[in-house]
Amino acid sequence: MRVEQIAVFLENKSGRLAEIMTILADANINIRALSVADTADFGILRLIVNDVEKAREVLMNGGFTVGKTSVLAVEVADEVGGLATVLKAIHKAGLNVEYMYAFVNKSGENAVLIFRFEKMDEAIASLQKDGFTLLSGEQICAL
Amino acid sequence: MYWEQKKECLPRPELEALQLERLQKTLQRVATTVPFYRNKFSEEKLDATRVNSLDDLRRFPFTMKQDLRENYPYGLFAIPLRDVVRVHSSSGTTGMATVVGYSKNDIVNWSNLVARILCGAGVTADDVIQIAFGYGLFTGGFGLHYGAERLGASVIPISAGNTKRQIQIMQDFKTTALVCTPSYALKMADVMMDMGINPNGLSLRFGLFGAEPWSEAMRQEINDRLGIRATDNYGLSEIMGPGVAGECQECDGLHVNEDHFFIEILDPETLEPVKPGEVGELVITTLTKEAFPVIRYRTRDLTRLLPEPCPCGRTFVRMHRMLGRSDDMLIIKGVNVFPTQIESILFDIEGTEPHYRLIVERENNEDKLTVMVEVVEGIFFDAMKKQRAFVDMIKKRMASELGIGVNVKLVEERTLERFNGKGDRVVDRREL
Repeated sequence: MRVEQIAVFLENKSGRLAEIMTILADANINIRALSVADTADFGILRLIVNDVEKAREVLMNGGFTVGKTSVLAVEVADEVGGLATVLKAIHKAGLNVEYMYAFVNKSGENAVLIFRFEKMDEAIASLQKDGFTLLSGEQICAL
Repeated sequence: MYWEQKKECLPRPELEALQLERLQKTLQRVATTVPFYRNKFSEEKLDATRVNSLDDLRRFPFTMKQDLRENYPYGLFAIPLRDVVRVHSSSGTTGMATVVGYSKNDIVNWSNLVARILCGAGVTADDVIQIAFGYGLFTGGFGLHYGAERLGASVIPISAGNTKRQIQIMQDFKTTALVCTPSYALKMADVMMDMGINPNGLSLRFGLFGAEPWSEAMRQEINDRLGIRATDNYGLSEIMGPGVAGECQECDGLHVNEDHFFIEILDPETLEPVKPGEVGELVITTLTKEAFPVIRYRTRDLTRLLPEPCPCGRTFVRMHRMLGRSDDMLIIKGVNVFPTQIESILFDIEGTEPHYRLIVERENNEDKLTVMVEVVEGIFFDAMKKQRAFVDMIKKRMASELGIGVNVKLVEERTLERFNGKGDRVVDRREL
C-alpha cells in the first residue's frame, strides 16, 4: 500500500524548478502530485509521478540529487472536515507525521493526502484498521 | 624617533658582525643544552663550533612547528625550568599547543624590543596605551604590556572584548594609543557610530595593530574612521611574540629587529634563498633568546624584503606586510584553521565523501567561514527536519573541533568546481 515518491535537492536559485520540469516533460513524465519545502538556503521538491524509475534516471543524469522514499496516499471525501478526520485518527494512534501534502482529484469527489510517517508499517496498520482507504501507486496514476 | 638609536641605526657591517657573534653563541648553546638540536646536528655531522659566516647557517636544519609540538611542553627549553620566569603558549585549538619559555633576560629583551616598536610608531612616555589584546597564554597582551611599561607610557590593561566599555574607557581615560587587531579597531569604529560617539572627539592618535593579516585599504579605513595613524607590527609566539618587527612612522614595511633575529627569505618549495625583493617564506633564527632559542624556524608566513634604505634612518631591513601563508592555513577570528581539518570532519560523516569549498569573508569586520558542501544521495533526506539536523550536526562538530563557529551551506551536486590533483578549495574574500 506504499506509494513511491521521489525527492530532489534544490538550492534556492532561480530557474532550478523550471529546469526540473523541463527535464521531466522531455522524458514524457506526468506529475500526479508535488510539494516544495524550503528554507532560506535550500529546498526539497517531492514528486509523485507515473514513472518513478525513469524520472529518477533523467533527473540524476541532469545533475540533481534524487532520493526515493515511500509514502502513504490516503483517500478522503473532498468535503469539510475530511483532513481533520484522518489527522484525528493519526493523533489517537500516536503516530508521528514527518511531512504531508495533499491534492484534489480531478473528479472533485475525493482528495488524496500524502503522508510520510516515521513508522510506516504501524501507520498502514492503524489507518486500515480505522477504515481509511489507502491508494497504491497505480491507482494514483490512474486517477 | 628611536628607542635605542645606536642599535637601530648600526652600520650594516657592524650589525652583521654582531649577528655572527650571537649566532655562533646560540648554535653552540643549543648544541650543548637541547637534545633535539644536539641530535639533529650530529645526525647531519654539523659542528656548531665551526660557523664562520652568516651564510654557514644555511647548512643547519630547519625547525618546524611540528618539532615544537613533538617536544611539548618543555623539550626545547635551553635552560632549567627554575630559571624560566614566564611561559606562554599558542592557542592549541586543535589540541596541539606549542609552549615557549622566557628567562629574566628574555623578558627584559622582549620588553625592550616592544618598546622599540612602540617608539618607532611614534608613541612616547606621555601616551596612554589601551591594550585590547587578550591577556593570558597568548603573547600579545603581556608582550605589549611590558613593552609599554618599559617605554614609560601609561598602560590600560583592558584585555580583549566588551567593546562598549572599551570605548567608554577610551573616552574617560583619554587613551591616546590603541593596541589590538586591525579588525577589532574597525569594530570599535562601528560601535562608536552606534553609540553616537565621534572619534574626533577622542584623544586617540596611534593604533598599533598586529596578530592578523590586513591590507593597505584597511589601514586607510582605520586611519580615516578613527582619526589615527595605524602601524603594523609582527611577531609570533614561537619566536617571542610581538616585537620581532614593526613599522616606523613611514608606514612602509616592518623593520626587523635584526640584532635579535636573523631572518632568511626562502622559496618554500626549493628552500633556497629567493632573489632580493622576491616573495618567499620567512625563516627566523633567534640570536639572543636564552630559554627558548629557535634555529631556522619556518614561520610559513610569506613576505618580501624592501631592500631600499628607509628614510627614517634605521638600518634594520624592512619586510612587506605578510602576504599570505606557504601552507594552506587560514587565520579565522585569530584561530588557526587548516582546510584539511574541515575535510577530515566531512569525510568522517557517514554516507558521504563530499566535495566542499571554504569561503572566507569579513562581515562587519568579523571573519566568517562558510563551508559549502555538495549534497549527494547519502546525505540527502526528503524530510526537511532531517536535512536541517544534518546541517546542525556538521556545524556542531566543526565548532567543537575547530574552536570557531562556521556556517554550513548545502549546494547541489556537481556544482562545485572539480580539480585535477591538488585543488584550491579556499576562496578568501577578505580584502587584505
